[in-house]
Amino acid sequence: MNALETFGLGVRYGQSWAVRDCTLSIEEGHVVALVGSNGAGKTTLLHCAVGLTEATCGTISVLGDLRAGSDEALARVAFVAQDTPLYRHLTVTEMVEVAANLNRSFDLPFATARLRQLDIPAKRRVGKLSGGQQAQLALTLALARHPDLVILDEPLARLDPVARHDVMALVLSMAAEEGISVIFSSHVVSELERVADYLVLMAHGSLQLTGPIDEILASHTVLAGPADDADRVATQCSVVHVEQAARRVQLLVRHDQSVDIPPGWEASPPSLDELVLAYLRDPSVVGRSGPLALAATRAGGTLR
Amino acid sequence: MTIVKRETEKPRSPLIFRLDPRSGVPTYLQLVHQVEHAIRLGYLLHGDQLPRLKDVVASLSINPNTVQKAYRHLEQEGLIGARPGQGTFVLASPETVGLAELEALRKRLVDGWLRDAAAAGLDEEGIAALFASALRDFRERQSDTAHGSQLRRARAPREAGGVA
Repeated sequence: MNALETFGLGVRYGQSWAVRDCTLSIEEGHVVALVGSNGAGKTTLLHCAVGLTEATCGTISVLGDLRAGSDEALARVAFVAQDTPLYRHLTVTEMVEVAANLNRSFDLPFATARLRQLDIPAKRRVGKLSGGQQAQLALTLALARHPDLVILDEPLARLDPVARHDVMALVLSMAAEEGISVIFSSHVVSELERVADYLVLMAHGSLQLTGPIDEILASHTVLAGPADDADRVATQCSVVHVEQAARRVQLLVRHDQSVDIPPGWEASPPSLDELVLAYLRDPSVVGRSGPLALAATRAGGTLR
Repeated sequence: MTIVKRETEKPRSPLIFRLDPRSGVPTYLQLVHQVEHAIRLGYLLHGDQLPRLKDVVASLSINPNTVQKAYRHLEQEGLIGARPGQGTFVLASPETVGLAELEALRKRLVDGWLRDAAAAGLDEEGIAALFASALRDFRERQSDTAHGSQLRRARAPREAGGVA
């Protein structure tokens, strides 16, 4: 079953497309990181997935074939928006009661137990909680509905490192215990590799790179070699990013299966950080297509 | 100073995982290495429980699939086994080296070789480099004679078709 599936999805605001030609299919059970620069279309895509924004063209469905935003879908999907919407003047206990009354299925014992575990003072007003505690409260209220899919828009923005760790730990332990799927958008590139196992990279409303992180890493290689040989090598494979130095050049290349390393060149696996940054720096690079694999060269070892 | 324990439940496993994000080693392999290391040094004994999936995930804030991948890897190596509904337990035991023996070896290293090396004027990095290179030589000489595995598997890996 797919947690999220889109086909030719497009959203237009006036003259400009916030999301265009977006075709995705993500199996359930993943923790998906949605990454892109400001204005890349991340929030619009997430809003489509919960029915807050209507698609201009194409289709989007969640948890198999449930139409995004339909009653059946909303009963099983939880969404926490960027600004953690809570009633600031209520106490924590009152906020939990409101959430319990507004939602058809709400696990009150679960919510109170979690909040106690998180050391969130029940009598304090929501507005007086720290940013991390507010994020944890919003998340707990979302998780208390025992959803099958949790969608989080920038859950880590505005949080300090400790709160970031605790919030992600809360989401991930729910993923471990109940096998729920998680989709979250983020600017924090450095922690992705630990937390997520599926990556969706967006630029200017289009998908730039998507797939399980293992596979993405395996299909990219950093080649370092002499600068005067760079043009020849660059014509033989799809280059994502070029780093120039005196006499030497470093290429991040994408390939389908194995790479024949050109003689005189060194190959090493990229880290997820450098890979994501390389794509973000050049939004015109689309990693899903293009001429792939280095042409066979006479000498040199084979990678993978 | 007193150490305040926030944990409501008593930890069941003697093992605590930690991650080094700068090591460049994939996260699941770091977990694998730490279990192997703990078994080798006798911190983890036959029958000891490994941290539960949700506890590892919550304490390190990492992807559950990563932990499962590490445990699957260790299971295939025959080092650990899962008991349904109970958890994951150590099947292997360290080869002959007991804690007392380890302590004696360590003492000989500290009071003997390390002291001599420091007296000869080697700094910490020099000592580490010399030890690493000597260990490499030693390993190469060993592997010429026999390839002795350092961990005794409790049972043959499944594909070898051991006795049940």
